[in-house]
Amino acid sequence: MKEAPMEEILKTQDLKAYFEELEILKGINLSIPKNRVTAIMGPSGCGKTTLLRCFNRMHEETPGAHTKGKIFLEGKDILSMNPILVRKMVGMVFQKPNPFPTMSIYENVLAGYRLNGIKLRKEEAQGIVEESLKKAVLWDEVKDFLHRRGTFLSGGQQQRLCIARALAVNPKLLLMDEPTSALDPKATRRVEELVTELKEAVTIVIVTHNTSQAGRVADYTAFLYLGELIEFGPTEELFTAPKDPRTEEYLTGKFG
Amino acid sequence: MESAKTDKIFEILTRSLGSLVLATAMGGFITLTILSWPSIKAFGPSFLWSTRWDPVQGQFGALPFIVGTLATSFLALFISTPFSLGTSLFLAEYSPPKIGNAVAFLVELLAAIPSVIYGLWGIFFLVPLVRKMEMAFNLPPYGVGGFTASLILAIMILPYATSVIREVISLVPQELREGAYALGATRWEVMRYVVLPYARSGILAGTVLALGRALGETMAITMVIGNRNELLRSIFEPTNTMASVIANEFTEATSSVYLSSLVEIGLVLFVITLVVNILARMVTERLKMEKGE
Repeated sequence: MKEAPMEEILKTQDLKAYFEELEILKGINLSIPKNRVTAIMGPSGCGKTTLLRCFNRMHEETPGAHTKGKIFLEGKDILSMNPILVRKMVGMVFQKPNPFPTMSIYENVLAGYRLNGIKLRKEEAQGIVEESLKKAVLWDEVKDFLHRRGTFLSGGQQQRLCIARALAVNPKLLLMDEPTSALDPKATRRVEELVTELKEAVTIVIVTHNTSQAGRVADYTAFLYLGELIEFGPTEELFTAPKDPRTEEYLTGKFG
Repeated sequence: MESAKTDKIFEILTRSLGSLVLATAMGGFITLTILSWPSIKAFGPSFLWSTRWDPVQGQFGALPFIVGTLATSFLALFISTPFSLGTSLFLAEYSPPKIGNAVAFLVELLAAIPSVIYGLWGIFFLVPLVRKMEMAFNLPPYGVGGFTASLILAIMILPYATSVIREVISLVPQELREGAYALGATRWEVMRYVVLPYARSGILAGTVLALGRALGETMAITMVIGNRNELLRSIFEPTNTMASVIANEFTEATSSVYLSSLVEIGLVLFVITLVVNILARMVTERLKMEKGE
């Protein structure tokens, strides 16, 4: 089936990732379409989180980890760039909400600026805080105590604060590493709704081990198994007519 | 039934052991107070601010020693803190684990060196060095004095602060560091804006632990401070701390009021150390509350 022409924002070329001698990713070739939600799914240990962490060079932060191959973000090979510059363009949301406990909600949203030593005028800062929190659909819940610490927020609110923090620096790409795995069903649904709304503004890659989550939020889905990309395509296609028997087995719950 | 009985016995046992520790501390305080009574009666509160220490006339005041102790301890803390903070940050954030553990072991070894060895090293190495420095700056070339004592103290308290600070820095959750790195922060920015603010209360606790050590340190100080019972006018002059004057003059205290004055100095040192620790505990608790723990 021929897909509609899509603009790609990120492309990997024979990407391999290692921990010490262990090869975790075995040559991944993948294109991430712009302004869409792409899910990376697969069983535990298949390398999906490692793949995501390659996209913002976080993989190498772990001692003993390294990568081979190429990753192009809008045509530029990010593996030959300064990782700090890469991370300014590629935001990340983690499994466990991790707002900075020593900063207020306001400061958390602006952390990306503060951490990089960028000084903002007060009106400018307030504008960014309001806009980011509105994008993350958190504004109404926190606007009256922006200057309190974020630690009293619920898990779901904390995760949306982290999303606001990532969005505040206008990333080209937002990576989400199982962002709802620590949340209750209601908070999960709110984050999922948010993901589908955000794709107008930013390309999202979301890692999930939950196939129904991929089905709910993703336009495209990649299925990873034992460090290899088994199948990639529009979510509907991949779910209804998987080309590879392993994809079908995973989707029907035969393993994972 | 049987187990309930053993449980009861065990509870009584632990409770009495716990009380024993408290009683010992209280007992020490009471003994000191009783033994200082002749001096307390003779000089009253002016003991604390009198600068006259005259065994011949039987006049005793503790201010030179209180000042000597506080001046050398805080100067030592001031010299030592950049090193302990830097070492712990290097160990926790920069060094590969193998080298980190080796360096940490060596730093902790500093705490195992007996105080008298530091004193000897001070006499034969530091004192001549400080004397040369004093000559270069046109100061009276004592060599011994408050400054030399502070240098020795700074080295001696380094391992205490370093091991506590290293511990609290390693307790900063990894996901907070990752969150900061993912926003494009450099290692220094992660430390400055995430790690250090989070570890603030623990760093303070480590520093105060080190200060407590410095306030009470005796042997090494006695050997390099010059043992002059006069109020410090310059940090380079010979002086005495509370601990060093007790150690130095205890055997020659002939009159009962002399002996009793030395004990009262001990009592004052006890109270100062206690107050420093209580203040530190209070500040640490407040910082923890701000962090929302």
